[in-house]
Amino acid sequence: MIRLEKRPQPSQTWSMATPLVAVVATMIFGGALFGVLGTNPLAAIRTIFFDPLFGEFAFYYRPQLLVKGAPLVLIAIGLSLGFKAGIWNIGAEGQYIIGALVGAGIGLAFYPLEAWYIFPLMILGGAFGGFVWAAIPALLKVRFGTNEILVSLMLVYVAEQFLASMSLGLMKNPEGFGFPGSRNLQEYASAHNTELIAGSGMHLGVVFAFIAVIFAYVLLNRHMLGFQIRLTGEAPRAARFAGVKPARLILFCLGTSGALAGLAGLFEVSGPAGQINIDFNVGYGFTAIIVAFLGRLHPVGILLAGGLMALTYIGGEIAQGQLGLPAAAIQVFQGMLLFFLLALDLLTNFRLRLAKGEVA
Amino acid sequence: MNETLLKIEGLTKAYPGVVANDSVSFDIDVGEVHALLGENGAGKSTLVKMIYGLVKPDSGRMVLRGQPFAPAEPRAARADGIAMVFQHFSLFDALNVAENIALGMEDPPRMRDLARRIREVSETYGLPLDPFRTVGDLSAGERQRVEIIRCLLQDPKLLIMDEPTSVLTPQEVGILFQTLEKLRSEGTSILYISHKLEEIRRLCDTATILRLGRNVGTCLPAETTARDMAEMMVGSTLQTPERAGRDFGDVALDLSGLSVPSPSAFGTSLKNVHLTVRRGEILGIGGVAGNGQDELLGVLSGEIPTAADAVKLGGQPIGRLGPTARRRLGLLAAPEERLGHAAASDMSLTENALLTGAVREKLVANGFLRWGAAQGFAERVISAFDVRTPGPANAARSLSGGNLQKFVIGREVLQAPEVLVVNQPTWGVDAAAAAAIRQALLDLAAKGTAVVCISQDLDELMEISDSFAALNEGRLSAPKDTSGLTVDEIGLMMGGAHGMEVAHV
Amino acid sequence: MDLSAINPVLLIASLMVAATPLLLAAIGELVAEKAGVLNLGVEGMMIVGAISGFAISVETGSPLLGFCAAAVGGAVLSLLFVILTQYALANQVASGLALTLFGLGISSLMGQSYVGLKPPSTGEIHIPLLSDIPVIGPILFQHDPILYFGIALVAIVWALLKYSRVGLILRAVGENHDAAHALGYKVVRVRTLAILFGGACAGLGGAYISLIRVPQWTEGMTAGVGWIALALVVFASWKPWRALIGAYLFGGITVLQLNLQAAGVAIPVEYLAMSPYIITILVLVILSADKSSAPASLGRIFHASN
Repeated sequence: MIRLEKRPQPSQTWSMATPLVAVVATMIFGGALFGVLGTNPLAAIRTIFFDPLFGEFAFYYRPQLLVKGAPLVLIAIGLSLGFKAGIWNIGAEGQYIIGALVGAGIGLAFYPLEAWYIFPLMILGGAFGGFVWAAIPALLKVRFGTNEILVSLMLVYVAEQFLASMSLGLMKNPEGFGFPGSRNLQEYASAHNTELIAGSGMHLGVVFAFIAVIFAYVLLNRHMLGFQIRLTGEAPRAARFAGVKPARLILFCLGTSGALAGLAGLFEVSGPAGQINIDFNVGYGFTAIIVAFLGRLHPVGILLAGGLMALTYIGGEIAQGQLGLPAAAIQVFQGMLLFFLLALDLLTNFRLRLAKGEVA
Repeated sequence: MNETLLKIEGLTKAYPGVVANDSVSFDIDVGEVHALLGENGAGKSTLVKMIYGLVKPDSGRMVLRGQPFAPAEPRAARADGIAMVFQHFSLFDALNVAENIALGMEDPPRMRDLARRIREVSETYGLPLDPFRTVGDLSAGERQRVEIIRCLLQDPKLLIMDEPTSVLTPQEVGILFQTLEKLRSEGTSILYISHKLEEIRRLCDTATILRLGRNVGTCLPAETTARDMAEMMVGSTLQTPERAGRDFGDVALDLSGLSVPSPSAFGTSLKNVHLTVRRGEILGIGGVAGNGQDELLGVLSGEIPTAADAVKLGGQPIGRLGPTARRRLGLLAAPEERLGHAAASDMSLTENALLTGAVREKLVANGFLRWGAAQGFAERVISAFDVRTPGPANAARSLSGGNLQKFVIGREVLQAPEVLVVNQPTWGVDAAAAAAIRQALLDLAAKGTAVVCISQDLDELMEISDSFAALNEGRLSAPKDTSGLTVDEIGLMMGGAHGMEVAHV
Repeated sequence: MDLSAINPVLLIASLMVAATPLLLAAIGELVAEKAGVLNLGVEGMMIVGAISGFAISVETGSPLLGFCAAAVGGAVLSLLFVILTQYALANQVASGLALTLFGLGISSLMGQSYVGLKPPSTGEIHIPLLSDIPVIGPILFQHDPILYFGIALVAIVWALLKYSRVGLILRAVGENHDAAHALGYKVVRVRTLAILFGGACAGLGGAYISLIRVPQWTEGMTAGVGWIALALVVFASWKPWRALIGAYLFGGITVLQLNLQAAGVAIPVEYLAMSPYIITILVLVILSADKSSAPASLGRIFHASN
């Protein structure tokens, strides 16, 4: 029998080690899964984790790492603030969509005017859209005590319908021959989120992601508000005793994560994606939840986790093309990672002991 | 009758870092009230948990009526006639009395029959109880009755009672003792756990004294002085806090006509509470647990907002201010629950120092934390209050109860408050730490701080407070001077017998 | 627009069909929550149930075996939740999300070769006389057996929770796990069984969508029903019969908006399609004032430390 014994203090070592162990465990079990699906496990793992970075076409995939990683990190940083305080924003996907819609809407409204202020306005609009969408569950929670998990999630479905409505209606490209989807913002210079260095994948969203990481780090480690966030998550009652105002904290955490998700959506629609369309969202808002946990809700950890998760996206696409690995396999792989992480987290706070056999 | 019911031989149980019971042996006779006496942390709880099958001993054995006895689980212990009334009641607030009792029985009868039997037993033993009331709405004394009746319905041979009087008024204690004496006369043995010496002298036939997990002696309480028993229990001569005669200053804290609903579903609302505390005065607030103590602390700390005028600090209305603003003005508080309320268990002592010290100790500048200053403050608390810990980087949960309590109280005392409110300052704390905490409160008052000490330990309140009031169902009695107050008067202030009646023996 | 195209008899009959997956998932989650476990993985367990049931009934040709497989599939997935929350003491919110994300992935992996197929028909129970009553017959007595099973399940769960010892123990564990442990009840075992039951029910609900309601397999076809089921438990204040009423209300809204779409009402399709989600939010807002009936230990981690 294995017995659990609570550690007097959370273990620093295990806190750092669990994500790594979880990744290794996922590679083993994921590899086994790929094997069952008829793919050579070693080849699959190599294709997913190695080829995008060091393979023959790495020059093409490396920039993709930034393109895919930036929205994940941006969203996950926001989510981690709330998760730390026990405020669960599950609807980042919706906030991402609304941010993109508002931002793109502003850009499209100015078409075909070319002016320097259009893109900054779109950025503000994107953040604002995401903020408003996240403020709905926040206000309902503060005012009525409504569960923010369910409300934020329901709003994802609402946002998806909005997206469909917009790409088929209001924002549809009048010169698009009746196809759904808006004008392509990549062809509208004032609204285009261009690469800052050509061919690097480095666009403004990547810069914002790095800024968000630094901002979150300073907030959590040096600022009173960050301390209050951590305290609320650790001991809500002690937080109220310390003078934390729960309502303000809820609004801040949900609002910030919404704004960051909205920004991610805006940078995506005005850059890599280019247009508003029915299938614009690809699940970054949900994958970011995994990123946040994999990064142990720590800003630097999230940065690394975001990179890793972007890698599995890109590697997964390659494996799909080269090895015929189904797209869903990567999704399973990511889910598995979260499982192992949560299960192994136990070791941070508990020691496993082999209990002595009972005296017969 | 001198037949042995339960023989305990060399029971040992060790937890990582501590030996809770070290080869403990004693006998309980049939029809005997046997006291198990010891300080907090002496190993009493572990010992009874072994008897009740909740914990398995590492070594040693028990013999029940000549048969080897090793209950694998409480169910087995109950089947052998062992019943237990817990200190922290294992009751379910949302369920009714009969359902709660059914859960504690192996083979409960149908609800209707059970309700009838509950009524019967409760009448026989003078413990009136409605089987269909929701337990969450009951008073502490009534909740204890649920536990006792649950045990009595199983016709136990040995009834274990863990600190049963800590939730009762003196009058209720009297009634409980009559019930217990009736049980004894019927041949039931009782293992009575307490650290209250006078009670044990009044009730118990034999006493086994535990210190640091060892049996340090057995005595006949009726023939032993309380002082001797105390010294066996503590292992050294007791120090009583020094108390100098004091002059009081102006009114520092003033509550008038304060009424607030409780924020929690089964809490107690405060009703028209009035009190004043002067500078240098210690006001003791007694009362059975669950009569509004937590709510009173919340109202004073600022966690529960009230009408502005209801709470005044130095004449200034502060009812609407939150905890931070009140700290800035000098009103500090230390809640009862150490882990999770007064301190965050997984956070370091430095972070916990920051928890309440941010404003007055200037640990924050422009919203940014001054970690160095916070650590310095934590270190000062640790050294001034002799908190045993390797250092301020350790998590709060790594400290023992007594050490953490010293940290929590010390954190507030060192901030030189105008008014300090403490709830159960020495609950679950060893005698040495308790004495140190009481002395700190007395010293603080001597320097002119107004202190409100909410406690269920009447001895403690009599020892340190200048005036005394009691909370009863959310109402506060008018404060009285402590000197010359009799136990009967105190009991009546606490609400008398709360509708209990004497057993129809 | 042609509202007369909406046939009230068919509307009510299809309302019951639309409500059944919700009802099954909600009653399972209600039991789990009564035991003090908040499993946010309902959506994941439903979708796994949907594909398990679909695959097995296509392979065997037997819808009944399909439903059994769906229950097993949902329960197996919930076993992961058991391991995470009951043994590894992981946070229940995070574990539930993991379950949903994982379930969505594994279901689309399992379902790759089943897209576009048609499952065997479950068939209706035809009760002589009763089924032939005009209006009431088609509404109440011409349905598949699973629909009646769902209603029976509500009655059984209600009776067990209220009157049986098992129900009492389950409620006690959800109310105060420390006290239940002190009395010698196996908290982890009770919760494990409750979670498995919840998983099996969610699986059945999922299969009802893929085998009867739609009936075919598409990725992500549960489309938030699992989440609405979670909201439904709050709506029901953890009372089985109120869950039934709630499920029928939501079923009604879903069917009505589909009918309105078909009737060509001037409201754009997308806005009609978002209405069930918006109404769920509104209902949550109205009902969240009353939290008193929530099990007190809901979502808290239990570890029997001494």
